[in-house]
Amino acid sequence: MNRTRSDNLLRTARFVAVLLLFAIPVVYLGIQRNYGVLQFAQLALDGLRGGAIYALIAMGFVMVFNVTGIINFAQGAFVMLGGMLTVTFYQMESSLPDRLHLIASAVLAVIITTLIGILIERLTIYPARKSSTLTLIIITVGVYIAMQGLGLLVWGAKAYVFPAFTTLAMTDHVFRWFGLVIKAQSFWIWGSMILVLVLLAYFFERTLLGKAMRACSVNRHGARLVGIGAERMSLLAFGMAAAVGAIGGIVVSPILRPSYDMGLSLGLKGFVAAILGGLVSTPGAVLGGLLLGFLENVAAGVTKAGMKDIYAFILLILTLLFRPQGLLGVGKTAVESSSEDQG
Amino acid sequence: MKAPDQNESKQNLIGWIVLAALVGLLGWIGITRPFGLEVADLTAGMVTLDTLIRIGILTILLVGLNLLMGYAGQVSLGHAAFYGVGAYMSAILTTRAGNLLGISGSVVGSWWWPWLVIVVGMVFSGSLAYLIGRPILRLKGHYLAMATLGLGIMFFILFRENLGFQGQHITGAFDGIPGIPRLRIAGFEIWPISRYYIFVWLLAMLVIAFGLNLINSRTGRALRAIHGSEVAARAMGVDVATYKARIFAISAILASLAGSLYAHFQASVSPIPFSFVASLELVVMSAVGGLSSIWGAPFGVAFILIIREILRSRLRQVLQGASGEHEIIFYGLVLILIMIFMPEGITVGVLNRWRSWRSREREDAALTASSGAGGD
Repeated sequence: MNRTRSDNLLRTARFVAVLLLFAIPVVYLGIQRNYGVLQFAQLALDGLRGGAIYALIAMGFVMVFNVTGIINFAQGAFVMLGGMLTVTFYQMESSLPDRLHLIASAVLAVIITTLIGILIERLTIYPARKSSTLTLIIITVGVYIAMQGLGLLVWGAKAYVFPAFTTLAMTDHVFRWFGLVIKAQSFWIWGSMILVLVLLAYFFERTLLGKAMRACSVNRHGARLVGIGAERMSLLAFGMAAAVGAIGGIVVSPILRPSYDMGLSLGLKGFVAAILGGLVSTPGAVLGGLLLGFLENVAAGVTKAGMKDIYAFILLILTLLFRPQGLLGVGKTAVESSSEDQG
Repeated sequence: MKAPDQNESKQNLIGWIVLAALVGLLGWIGITRPFGLEVADLTAGMVTLDTLIRIGILTILLVGLNLLMGYAGQVSLGHAAFYGVGAYMSAILTTRAGNLLGISGSVVGSWWWPWLVIVVGMVFSGSLAYLIGRPILRLKGHYLAMATLGLGIMFFILFRENLGFQGQHITGAFDGIPGIPRLRIAGFEIWPISRYYIFVWLLAMLVIAFGLNLINSRTGRALRAIHGSEVAARAMGVDVATYKARIFAISAILASLAGSLYAHFQASVSPIPFSFVASLELVVMSAVGGLSSIWGAPFGVAFILIIREILRSRLRQVLQGASGEHEIIFYGLVLILIMIFMPEGITVGVLNRWRSWRSREREDAALTASSGAGGD
């Protein structure tokens, strides 16, 4: 046990070292563009802001995968619903003061998205629960496409505007520290990521329901033997993943201009982050998200903004080829257990 | 494991007759226009010879995808990447090989150059798929789905962003590449559209024949064994990873061929048909036709393309202000419903259900006859 752990640490270090090799061309390209330390720090900081969003979405992927063994491609739809529903509610007339109105809109959006997540599980996953994992994954792809189409029908193809949380206006408050520029919204994003992480850690470690969910992910048949209903846990996992995804969609809305198709790229990035983290661990997902946001933003900063997404997917393929168990090396058990279910 | 029994060869015979008759009839109407009839008129302007050629091209791709998804049990969420590689390879090398690679104009202008490019594209796609598939397919579960998803988006961005180059004009970014020449054999040009229709469908039938042969070969039996149980297949001495990588490469080669045919048909390429949504559309087509059915390929493509034409032309009348993209709701719902109720696809699913209904009816009839005789 101890030996495998140190072995694992060594491999993680090696993988990170290989990734750091890419730092050489990045620094070179940056110097060619006359970037100083400050510019690099700014790129990294903006990257970490995007990374926190990816981390939030990745946690949803991990939750569903852990309990059901499904990669839920509908996660992006939850993100879109969170953002778009909040915008819709906030645009409605109300006698509440603005700040309370915003909070009420956000809470309502999270609740509705959670209910939609539960409904989706009941309507699409539950009837097919005896099918192969592959069939279930294709179903979630179908759910995503249908939800995006529905979003287009309800909200149209235009992008909406959403006020920053701090100022409740289009222009956000900006902190300038040591020459760095940080929008106040960034702190909302980081804060909500940390809050969700802490709440989930508490839930999984301290509550009976959380422990039951963990038991389900360790061994589904064993969990059933001690009286844990796997189907109820699957429902719970989808509901929670939807809530977390919706939160991600809400906090990102002020910096993104939400639209019906925002879920696609955010969902895919969250997925890459989850894979980086090994697909089974919540802290791994957070680490993966932050690393992904950091790397892609710095790499895009020194090359071309339109190429940003490509670095994320290069990272995905490199991870799958050389480090399929994820950065922390915790995903190995998941690789094995998912194959068991397939057979 | 099913042996190629009599039932199956009968099915194949029926399949060939139906396909040949349909393609022949529609082609005959489209080309000779008997009594002033046109394919477009028969279908209220929604299906034209153009649509039929697209169905043929995508059938070639889908046969490969069905081999991969249905027989090897590996989902690809990025097959539009290989389709795009074929299309862009043909587009770039037939219009810009002189500028980019310094190949002399007499070579690029010759009739065999586009054919050579098609083969180069196929070899490139196949090797790329093999290189990526080999290590990833060693892993369990749905890792290929994830890797192909990444690959598909990567290639879409490469096409869209001019491969990341600033000055040189390679993929033409959003505008794409116009002016791709038609295919020729010596002096015989495969154009106007009716000639291309015949050419594409001949190739599609060749590919279908190839697929049918493959699944009844040693490789096909190995693939079916893998799909049934990987552990059992390995125990029987099947080299699982190699077979999977090989079928992945074959499907990529077919996708690239389809892409090249698309480029020469369209005479121009742009990045949009090779996006992630396009890859999903391919999965929907495959699911509709039946994942593990070669005959499902032309059916699935035709079903989705024709429905799309109908939705595009009719949806706007039903829904005020609906833009063309609303059909994706329908894709999603179709995908969910088929996967829940008929994971074997519409063709196989309906056939099976019909067969079991028939046999049940026969049993019922026998039962009532016997009970009636015994009761009174």
